[in-house]
Amino acid sequence: MNNKNKTKRRDFLFTATYTIGAVGLASAIWPLVDQMNPDSSVKAASTTEVDVSGVKAGKSITVLWRGKPIFIKRRTTKEIDEAKNVDLKDLKDPQKDSDRAKNPEWLVMVGVCTHLGCVPLGDKGDYKGWFCPCHGSHYDSSGRIRKGPAPKNLEIPKYEFVNNNTIKIG
Amino acid sequence: MLSHLNKYLKKTIITIFVSLIPLTVFSEEKNTNLIETKWTFNGIFGTFDRSSLQRGYQVYTEVCSGCHSVQYLSYRNLSEKGGPEFSIAETKAIASQFEVEDGPNNEGEMFMRSAKLSDKFTKPYPNVEASTAANGGAYPPDMSVLAKARAGGADYIYSLLLGYEEAPAGFELDDGVYYNKYISGNKIKMSEPLFDGIVEYTDGTDSSKKQLAKDVTAFLVWASEPHLESQHRIGFKTIVYLIVLIMLVYMSKQKVWSRFNSKPEEEDEEIFDKVEKVITKYEGEDTKTFK
Amino acid sequence: MSEEKYIPKNKLTKWFDSRLPLLTLSHHLKSYPTPKNLNYWWTFGGILTFCLITQIITGLVLAMHYVAHVDYAFQSIEHIMRDVNYGWLIRYVHANGASMFFLAVYIHIFRSLFYGSYKAPREVIWIIGLLIYILMMATAFMGYVLPWGQMSFWGATVITNLFSAIPFVGESITTWLWGGYSVDNPTLNRFYSLHYLLPFLTFGLVILHIWALHIPGNNNPVGIDVKKNSNETMPFHPYMVMKDLLALLLFISVFLWFVFFAPNVLGHPDNYIEANPLVTPAHIVPEWYLLPFYAILRAIPSKLGGVIFMFAAIFILMLLPWLDTSKVRSAIFRPIYKKLFWVLLFVVILLGYLGAKPPEGIYLILSRLATAYYFIHFLVILPLLGRYEKTDPLPQSISDPVLDKPGMLDKFKKSAAEYEGENVESFK
Repeated sequence: MNNKNKTKRRDFLFTATYTIGAVGLASAIWPLVDQMNPDSSVKAASTTEVDVSGVKAGKSITVLWRGKPIFIKRRTTKEIDEAKNVDLKDLKDPQKDSDRAKNPEWLVMVGVCTHLGCVPLGDKGDYKGWFCPCHGSHYDSSGRIRKGPAPKNLEIPKYEFVNNNTIKIG
Repeated sequence: MLSHLNKYLKKTIITIFVSLIPLTVFSEEKNTNLIETKWTFNGIFGTFDRSSLQRGYQVYTEVCSGCHSVQYLSYRNLSEKGGPEFSIAETKAIASQFEVEDGPNNEGEMFMRSAKLSDKFTKPYPNVEASTAANGGAYPPDMSVLAKARAGGADYIYSLLLGYEEAPAGFELDDGVYYNKYISGNKIKMSEPLFDGIVEYTDGTDSSKKQLAKDVTAFLVWASEPHLESQHRIGFKTIVYLIVLIMLVYMSKQKVWSRFNSKPEEEDEEIFDKVEKVITKYEGEDTKTFK
Repeated sequence: MSEEKYIPKNKLTKWFDSRLPLLTLSHHLKSYPTPKNLNYWWTFGGILTFCLITQIITGLVLAMHYVAHVDYAFQSIEHIMRDVNYGWLIRYVHANGASMFFLAVYIHIFRSLFYGSYKAPREVIWIIGLLIYILMMATAFMGYVLPWGQMSFWGATVITNLFSAIPFVGESITTWLWGGYSVDNPTLNRFYSLHYLLPFLTFGLVILHIWALHIPGNNNPVGIDVKKNSNETMPFHPYMVMKDLLALLLFISVFLWFVFFAPNVLGHPDNYIEANPLVTPAHIVPEWYLLPFYAILRAIPSKLGGVIFMFAAIFILMLLPWLDTSKVRSAIFRPIYKKLFWVLLFVVILLGYLGAKPPEGIYLILSRLATAYYFIHFLVILPLLGRYEKTDPLPQSISDPVLDKPGMLDKFKKSAAEYEGENVESFK
């Protein structure tokens, strides 16, 4: 037999073995990685219904959804006006109030500071919205970041009004 | 030398398998009299029959669920891949028929609401004690892993469901105890659960006693092993992959060992490598002389 | 092939290696000379290392989801089986992995018994190996308790009650082990803690086991010393690595066959029933790998006696290098020992079978006979056999041509026997 072909065949054999072996190893490792992702029971339990009939104008409630606090605030007309009259140019993360609150009376947001995950305090700060005590981020009455280290506005979760008194989050 | 190794290899494989035989004998105390059925879910390629699982679910709800819980199943499982695969809408409709406790609400009170996909199956009794008390002192076992908790698995459950008979003469039975061919001791506290036509199947299948038993058994096997289909699918792929890899590793190993077993050839190749370099240099000229 | 000293090639490796000789170690592991005639029974060391690592990794992952509490343990296992991504796969690998680990360790031990690998100068390797085996049994036992099924609970009850056989302090010891008056939540928690710890101790012992192996080097099927720096040995890498890898893949195929197609065959159905302190299952049986010892325990008609004999059955193996007085290692050259080896293997498998049967009638009689034989084999037969057995003449080296072809060895032995009494010396 031709020696050159022999050598080539050997190289091919080793390369094929290594490659196929590496593919198998990677597939064996994947389940060990994936098991740390949210499991199917966690993924399924992703909706919460909240009864908001007891919330008065200017007040807010905090509910738990996916282990995170959700702020549900019934805003006064004054607060709505303030939120609407902000010049978008002044904002770090420009967003219209109407894009954040489908029904302007109700503001539903994830109560987690976009800086490093603390829970901001309500009715505090320079913009009469929320204030995060951890590193001093100020949010306005629409939950938009105005001052401080946080890069983004407070996140709006997926939610809908099931009826006038009930909000379904998730 | 190599023929030696092949011999050892064969021996090793045979020995491994032979040594495994007694293990399987030890672990399975098989009741050889069970009715043996060809289940679609057995074997390497086994999958569930969707419509059978759907019917089985119907039998469970209409017949078994009065006494038996399946506490580890969630309603969402009914729509998941590899199960009865009801559509999401159907599953939501099924879940909404059941009431579960939730809360506490803003007033701190627990309240009832209709079940969602993420809820676990509702139980007929709040706890084992209540269940035992309501069933004449015999706890109707939770059926989530029943098919794995009984020697014989599916065949056992199927046989038991069809194993009710008149007690032979002289066999004494207390009140509320029934004769069953397949349970150990032949005494069972569950009255015969299935009769022809006790469930009217929504898909129009004839609901004979055998059909009912078959469907509900399939359902219980799925309930104990909801990932059985992925198990078989991934398992088959893995075995095919291993066969390929073993062949490659075997050939590579032979190649590597041939270096040791026939030294001269190795040296030849080294010389050849040098020659080859010269050839590439002179490429296009008269390469034939080098070969 | 000789093992050359590692010489660092550049300044950096020289600097590092003189401070921490990891490169020397890696060079040693690669070029470690192994006898060229090792057969596939010698691949189980590598397979066992794989088993240990697989158990540690899958165990680590299961611990992320498991809840060690009597009210949640069973439920959390079902959560792993149903909800966790690939949870069923990881748990089945871990559960069947334990069985595979023991299967491999038993092959490894019996290989050592057949080829006399426990004899001088390898006694320390043997004893460390047995310590690993004991740790494995303890780990497996405690792991089996964690799912909190019926067999978990009653297995734990029965095994911990063994200690109550100890005179005077037995009761206090069991209470101490349980952390209560029965197997309960405190017991489950401490078992979980220890189940997590012991594999790492095992891993440490494995390093010592391999270290101790690398001092005298491997035994081999012929059982005579090899000339280390000659063509009788070959470097571990790539030769043994490739061979071990091939054997490992075959082993993995069997392993995964169980995982995917018969994951519960090696377990007991009762362990899918949640633990119930009020009801004992009809037959309590330990996992298959502990059955021979369980049979010995029940064969002795006294509680304390049973416990003593059961532990003695393991500890007697520690004395084996001194109980076996024969100077010849490999059973190939010991015609009587070779037969007795198969008898012993049969007796141990028989004990395993009897361990799964109820201790009554013929089963009880057989387990008493088998137990007696087990001890007689080690305590009486082996010491005497070493003195009186007429062994076959040994070849001069492992590369003796007689060993290369099948059938040639027998011819060699035969012709050697014909010269018996005359010039035997020349064959040694």
